[in-house]
Amino acid sequence: MSNPQTFQIQEISAHPGPVPGQGTRREEEVCKYIDVTTCIGCKACEVACVEWNDHPFRETTFNDTYQTMPSTEWNYWNLIKFAEDQRDGNLMWLMRKDQCMHCEDPGCLRACPADGAIIKYENGIVDFQQDNCIGCGYCISGCPFDIPKFNEKTKKVYKCTLCSDRVGQGLEPACIKACPTGCLHFGTKSDMVQIAGLRAKQLREVSGFTDAGVYDPPSIKGTHVIYVLHDLKNPQRYGLPATPVIPPSYTYWKWLAKPIGLWMGLLGILAIFFHRVSVGPRMPQPEDPPVVTEHPDPVEAKRKEQP
Amino acid sequence: MSASVDRFDERARREADRFGDTIVHRGELLRHPVYTRVLHWAVAIFFVLSLASGFAIYSPWLYRWLTPLFGGGPRTRLLHPWFGLLFSLFFFFQFLNWFVPMKWTSADRRWIKRLKQYTTHTNRIEAEDVGFFNGGQKLYFWSIALSGGLFLITGILMWFDHLVGSWIVAVSYVIHDLSALLMLAGFIIHIYEGTSHQPGTFHSMTNGTVTEKWAWTHHPAWYRAVTGRDPQQAYEREKRRQVERARAQESWERAQDTREKL
Repeated sequence: MSNPQTFQIQEISAHPGPVPGQGTRREEEVCKYIDVTTCIGCKACEVACVEWNDHPFRETTFNDTYQTMPSTEWNYWNLIKFAEDQRDGNLMWLMRKDQCMHCEDPGCLRACPADGAIIKYENGIVDFQQDNCIGCGYCISGCPFDIPKFNEKTKKVYKCTLCSDRVGQGLEPACIKACPTGCLHFGTKSDMVQIAGLRAKQLREVSGFTDAGVYDPPSIKGTHVIYVLHDLKNPQRYGLPATPVIPPSYTYWKWLAKPIGLWMGLLGILAIFFHRVSVGPRMPQPEDPPVVTEHPDPVEAKRKEQP
Repeated sequence: MSASVDRFDERARREADRFGDTIVHRGELLRHPVYTRVLHWAVAIFFVLSLASGFAIYSPWLYRWLTPLFGGGPRTRLLHPWFGLLFSLFFFFQFLNWFVPMKWTSADRRWIKRLKQYTTHTNRIEAEDVGFFNGGQKLYFWSIALSGGLFLITGILMWFDHLVGSWIVAVSYVIHDLSALLMLAGFIIHIYEGTSHQPGTFHSMTNGTVTEKWAWTHHPAWYRAVTGRDPQQAYEREKRRQVERARAQESWERAQDTREKL
């Protein structure tokens, strides 16, 4: 695919004034920004996700909340989570759109043993390639947000693609398009961080939410889905981990200990080969024919005689 | 408990001997009955299958070499736990069959201390106190029992990963791999000792018998127990006989040479 930057106009013949768009550099990293404070929980994004990805409408689970089901599913990648919370003795109804966070340092990708089953694009989207998936489920345990889900029938794992098919065509993800309140935004990472920062500042200074901030956890080098939360100090109130981490076994073990193990195996085989060549076998004693004590090779014997 | 296990093993050995034969030639001793041999190879087959399919998942580098053997990545992933389960099943019976002779004794501690002498072949025949299994074999057996147990527990946790927490899976994964490395190290040595390093040993697992020479060389205490003869004396006697035989052959050859000249 051609780089869109190649087609940035540099000069225009007989054009008065500066070239439109000259000098602009759009970075390639994309980002979804979710302003949870303006979400009304209409679930239009859930429907849009199901429709665009051609998932069947599945049964919902009523759980004494407005939530469609307890957690995302292999064919239900986008779920508004409803949480009842309190602030100064008043009820706060927190709604957060839950989906894949598209981490800069994806735990699923680290954990995956299958060649090419999980890929991360330059633009930051983390995508599962089910053709290469072997269904081991390591990605499920590697994810700090509990997003990848196993399909018992196909024996493979699925999750939100950030509509990589739409984004590849220059469109926004389906959920963004469906949002009626404008709480969902999509653009480059730096733009989204900036807009989110402005909104958080507004919440802090105008609306009186002094702890408001942008959720873009540095423990996994940031995410390509960021939130504005009214209380950044306690993201658990929204069901988000304060410091999401990949289980260390997937980082240290996989890239350090595993190759060492393989090399040790290889060295072990070599050691045994050379033991056989040098020390030789343990024959049942006495050996048949009897061991010759004198050197059988006259040339070798002569060489040993010389000082 | 152990009495019933003994009864079970006895019966299994008797039943297996009805189906298969172990022919003991002159100068040979029975080492492994049919039951033991069948169990050993069942364990071995499923160990190798588990190892190969596990290695494909263990290492991305080996993934593309080994998965085609099992029909691709998903099939490898699907089969691996079943191979492992069958390995555990057969090893369980082998464990029952062998845990009495595999009991750790002070002789085994002494054997481990002599490990360096063993690997450099300082002594031509083993020390008098080495019984049916030596310290190294027992170490291998118990390391399989240990890592096999760990394999089974962590493997089941990883198999039913949707029922347990993700951190449990992440930890199980490491323990599973460590067990694999422990077993692999023992396996490499086991193959070497069983084939190239100790000629005659492989025969005991295929035909069930070993030569008397092999027995007093590698397991003197066992030789004494089954034949009632002293291994050292038997060895010396064989050595003397061998020298005499060589001399007799030499004089026969000399006589033959003279006859040919005439």
